[in-house]
Amino acid sequence: MTGDPILEARDLVKRFGEIEAVKGVSFTIERGESFGFLGPNGAGKTSTMRMISAVSRPSSGSLTIFGLDPNINGPVIRGRLGVVPQEDTLELELSVRQNLEMFGRYFDLPRDTLHERASELLDFAQLSERANDKVDDLSGGMKRRLTIARALINRPELLILDEPTTGLDPQARHLLWERLYRLKREGVTQIITTHYMDEAEQLCDRLVVMDHGTIVAAGPPRELIAHHSTREVVELRFGTDDHEEHHERLAPFAQRIEVLPDRILLYVDQGDDTLQEIHRVGIVPASALVRRSSLEDVFLRLTGRTLVD
Amino acid sequence: MASTVLFPIFYLTALGIGVGHLVNNHSGLVQGQTYLHFVAPSLLATTAMQMGESESLWPVLAAVKWIRSYHAAAASPLEPEDILIGKLAWVATRAFATGVVYTIVIAAFGALESWWSLTLPFLGALTALAFAAPLVAFAARAQSDGPFTVIYRFGFVPMFLFSATFYPVSVYPGYLRPLVQIVPLYHGVALARAAAFGEGSLGAVTLHLAFLLAMVVVGVAWGRHTMRRRLVD
Repeated sequence: MTGDPILEARDLVKRFGEIEAVKGVSFTIERGESFGFLGPNGAGKTSTMRMISAVSRPSSGSLTIFGLDPNINGPVIRGRLGVVPQEDTLELELSVRQNLEMFGRYFDLPRDTLHERASELLDFAQLSERANDKVDDLSGGMKRRLTIARALINRPELLILDEPTTGLDPQARHLLWERLYRLKREGVTQIITTHYMDEAEQLCDRLVVMDHGTIVAAGPPRELIAHHSTREVVELRFGTDDHEEHHERLAPFAQRIEVLPDRILLYVDQGDDTLQEIHRVGIVPASALVRRSSLEDVFLRLTGRTLVD
Repeated sequence: MASTVLFPIFYLTALGIGVGHLVNNHSGLVQGQTYLHFVAPSLLATTAMQMGESESLWPVLAAVKWIRSYHAAAASPLEPEDILIGKLAWVATRAFATGVVYTIVIAAFGALESWWSLTLPFLGALTALAFAAPLVAFAARAQSDGPFTVIYRFGFVPMFLFSATFYPVSVYPGYLRPLVQIVPLYHGVALARAAAFGEGSLGAVTLHLAFLLAMVVVGVAWGRHTMRRRLVD
């Protein structure tokens, strides 16, 4: 990705009274990339999203979007963005098409342009058959697709999605991801927050990991995993509430061990080999699985907690 | 639309003709009017008030808290003030349209006596706005709808009953009259009567108009503040 960054943030802080939700974060986002904010609930992701969508004013720090200052050029910036909020925020009493066209009016788009664009977006979201149905009658996945379609009515250069697939079934998630890939190919820069590591790995070129209002790691997913974790992980469960007792005897088999309430994680390079060795010395877990390292492991390493509590 | 037309017909029939029959035969004329003529304009004002309040409480709380459609709008080039003005413009438009219907119905009952009646829809819109502006501001900062029920029971219902809507303010003993005169609906009712009968001194009319306008101005100023805090923080 070459050219000027589409967004630059330096030491952004957001305070709500006594509480500091965002404690000084810095990042740069390039045009055309998919950039992720990964972290558990309460990490400060939504507060950060509200600042970078030029809605919420930073308590301190500097922010440039499209080369403009959001404190001065808020409406202009927002006219070039698309925001997909965490909740659907659709007008339930209006039809699918009416929701799109009404929202487009906020951008001062002329009515015939709106009508055309709404038709395109209905196609894109696979909602053309439901165009005149009341939004209240749609399923959760359809509402989400409509919310994303609505965010595109002004053909934004930058699309910001806050937890886009939370609460969706796997099929709906994959359909949504596919649509986001398509947008990416069309050159739309995307900023995505999520607490799903598979989503972060699938969708993001680069990401930052947030916890308690700060950034604890940054980089492409593969690099973060390579840097903060081993190649593979062996997950062992024993029929017990306390896995700590198995810590000592398993330690020699791994480069690193994590003891969680319900399982033990052995960080190794070759999981199958490690598992064989464990069996050979007579340790028999209730269940065992070997998998590649993921961003969840990165998060666990950096914060001592899992992404989903 | 049907209820907008039927409602005035129901009220005017029940009160104007039904109760009116009683009043006219036993008390004579009310301030020189039959009861129907007397009560019709106040119904326009109270309907405007009801429209102002019903659009401004629960729908606004829903838009900022439950459905959050105002938050969606705030992510567009709109500023919180634009959303506020848009909402109030909508209330005024609805109230105006309802006022037109009411005026026609009242005229059909034969209760209009002056060309000033043509201003009734505008007065209805002003009355609705006078309530809507501060109520939208209030709802934008509300965290629950509990206070709304309180406002209904201890605000609107008493106002509806006691603002010289069904009887002239002269019914009240002297020491109570000032209390009625600070109630917003009283001014809406007084203006509607003045327009329907073509009566009322310039001074009094100006006072009533100023009172309602002041409510709009204060309400909008407060609303700009609460909407901004809620949507943009």
